Amino acid sequence: MSIGLAHFLTLSAILFCLGLFAVITKRNAVTVLMGIELIINAANINFIAFARFTDNDLDGQIFAIFVIVAAAAAAAVALAIVLNLYERLKSIDLDEADSLAG
Amino acid sequence: MGFYDLIFWLFAFISVASAALMVFSKNVIYSAVGLLFAFFGVAGIYVLLAADFLAIIQIMIYVGGILVLLLFGVMLSHKIGGVQLETGTLHKIPAFIVVGGIFIILFRVISKTVWPLGTAAKEFNPTVEKIGTLLMTDYLIPFEIVSVMLLIALIGAAYIARKERVQ
Repeated sequence: MSIGLAHFLTLSAILFCLGLFAVITKRNAVTVLMGIELIINAANINFIAFARFTDNDLDGQIFAIFVIVAAAAAAAVALAIVLNLYERLKSIDLDEADSLAG
Repeated sequence: MGFYDLIFWLFAFISVASAALMVFSKNVIYSAVGLLFAFFGVAGIYVLLAADFLAIIQIMIYVGGILVLLLFGVMLSHKIGGVQLETGTLHKIPAFIVVGGIFIILFRVISKTVWPLGTAAKEFNPTVEKIGTLLMTDYLIPFEIVSVMLLIALIGAAYIARKERVQ
């Protein structure tokens, strides 16, 4: 069985699940961000795999470029929030950022 | 098993193993290194999917930009010399059940669905010129909007990260 669309989709599903696991279990805010980046990469693999294996030519790749730009913007804003959190709490443990909890 | 298959399995193994290192390592720096190799593995997968431009973009933006940004975040918020780099995890077992369930669902969907595959066999052509043309014609409006969004996000990030002046 040669490599086809299903192989790429399965690889992307594995990466998505690993990223989701990091987002759920990690307590460090920066590591949670790394998990989010992994999830975005998994989504991009899907876009490009569908662009390769279906008839529409490059639409998937263009969309992947926009996704990468959005990921860069998200990483910048999220890191700014993390730094601000550290300024206030002297810690980036997400369990301690509970001042909005009732 | 052809050469293409071999390279696919190589890059798939690199990305999954490094992602697992990133997820299961306790040290934040090790996590960052794992993420670095995961990004490289994904770039190799992009090349296999005939997306040469995106593979270069992946290495330039993710490895050169986002990963360095994340490392700055680690360095600014940890005591590098101390033992503060360890990061705890919580509710591993429920997370494992949830993620495993999601993976099983995704895998069943992927294997059961009959995907509408393309009819024509595609060749490996350079995509840079076509992507450039598309960005300046069909996708001009989204391109402009996303550039303005990036500018706004960066201004906002600089504003948020600034130290507050004590009056």
